[in-house]
Amino acid sequence: MRYFDHVATNPLNPEVFNAMLPYFKEEFGNPLSVYGLGQSAKQAIEDARVKVAALVNCKAQEITFTSSGAESNNMAIRGIAMARRKEGNHIIVSRVEHHSVLNSARALEKEDFVVTYLVPDKFGMVSPADIKKAINKDTILISITHASSEIGTIEPIAEIVKTAKEHNVAVHADGVATTGNIPIDVMQLGVDAYSLSAHQFYGPKGAGALYLKRGQRILPLIYGGIQENGRRAGTENVPAIVGMGKAAEMAKAELPTRMAHVKKLRDKLIDGLTKIEKVHLTGHPDNRLPGHASFVVEYIEGEGMLLMLEANDIYSASGSACTSKALKASPILLSMGYSSSVTHGSIVFSLGIDNTEEDIDQVLEHMPKIIKRLREMSPFAKEGWGAIDDLEESKEGNHV
Amino acid sequence: MYSKKLMDHFTNPRNVGEIADADGVGMEGNPTCGDTMKIFIKVKDDIITDAKFQTFGCGAAIAVSSMITEMAKGKTLTEALSITKESVADALDGMPPQKMHCSNLGSDALRKAIEDYHAKGTQK
Ligand code: FES
Repeated sequence: MRYFDHVATNPLNPEVFNAMLPYFKEEFGNPLSVYGLGQSAKQAIEDARVKVAALVNCKAQEITFTSSGAESNNMAIRGIAMARRKEGNHIIVSRVEHHSVLNSARALEKEDFVVTYLVPDKFGMVSPADIKKAINKDTILISITHASSEIGTIEPIAEIVKTAKEHNVAVHADGVATTGNIPIDVMQLGVDAYSLSAHQFYGPKGAGALYLKRGQRILPLIYGGIQENGRRAGTENVPAIVGMGKAAEMAKAELPTRMAHVKKLRDKLIDGLTKIEKVHLTGHPDNRLPGHASFVVEYIEGEGMLLMLEANDIYSASGSACTSKALKASPILLSMGYSSSVTHGSIVFSLGIDNTEEDIDQVLEHMPKIIKRLREMSPFAKEGWGAIDDLEESKEGNHV
Repeated sequence: MYSKKLMDHFTNPRNVGEIADADGVGMEGNPTCGDTMKIFIKVKDDIITDAKFQTFGCGAAIAVSSMITEMAKGKTLTEALSITKESVADALDGMPPQKMHCSNLGSDALRKAIEDYHAKGTQK
């Protein structure tokens, strides 16, 4: 199997799995229990907290464990917005955010918050100058992804924070796609909140965390007991948290090697695929996740490519309308100025430490054939998009 | 997600291509996802003697194009008009509900090709 969908999820690292095992079995205690069994579970959680904190360079007390990246995003946006409600009701997000950010913002709109959705440039980059323009006296929170899993572009979070601080606005960054894949230093970024997810760095699913800068006020999403300092009630998912800790520890130790490994493969993949006619890299050419290669292939549709790749045991992803449950063109690519026809040809290869040079060779061998085959079937391959009357014009200056 | 038969028609689609001297051409866009299907037919004595397609769409849309052109061949124009999205989907051993609109595309493009033939008034 040649797996290129690491933004969807990662395989669980066997060492992480082994670290988790005892907490499914003999170490089953409830961390709130006062006897030894509970206390050792509690200790395991606190050890994991230290390791996760080390991965993003914060203090252990600043880490709250959650069930997922999506929960962390929900908690940050809703929790901070509600805690600061008296100071204002304006929130800024971008059009390249994950659904868990966008839908949290949309939900708040129904509760009298006002949301600005910033349009990125053609590389998917949000401009700090646009942030500055969007801030008004009611602005209380900005939430921008550190990198979108669809286009891989790394956003200028530190600069955005600088602008935000001048206006006393809190900044949350969605770091689900970045944590464990590039070095993260929340102190240097200056963010007030940062979301992460364990299965994006070879940890288990069902484990996420939210960094909250000391002193940042937040209201919980889940009310109940005093777990996670009262910020997130519910008996802790101890095995998952332990796994997240182990995965964080390994990611920190191996980060330079991991990055170099995937970057080398990614560059080879980008080089090879962009040589094919009318195949374009999406997202920023340099300022992108080291293991992320995303493209649009003109005149064909993503699902066909995925099915044909799968027939060759290659697994990747697409943001095309036909592959999406909603059957809508990728809002992220549209916001970058791609026409909806072009977005149909979206294909995303996200690499991981398990990928090899041979994997890339296989993709480079099969993709040209697949593209050729699908183009032979396409009504547009010969005469171009002209055949579509209502084809929208691409945003000016776009490279497609 | 897809049946064996559908995957077969996707992987080895029948009747791909254009007919240069087609008697009727029908193009239909998918209002749901924005995809496009084009069907070419040759007609003799009211019977569809050949059919080909070009499709810009998902795996299901390609399989539908392949199947509907197979089904249309040898049928009279009236018979061909009675091909529905359901009959195409059935012939493919079923389709996921969210993909039924791709089947629609097939019958609509075929109907337009037949209409185009009538409009041209080139009855042979
Ligand atoms: S053609 Fe778009 S979903 Fe089938």
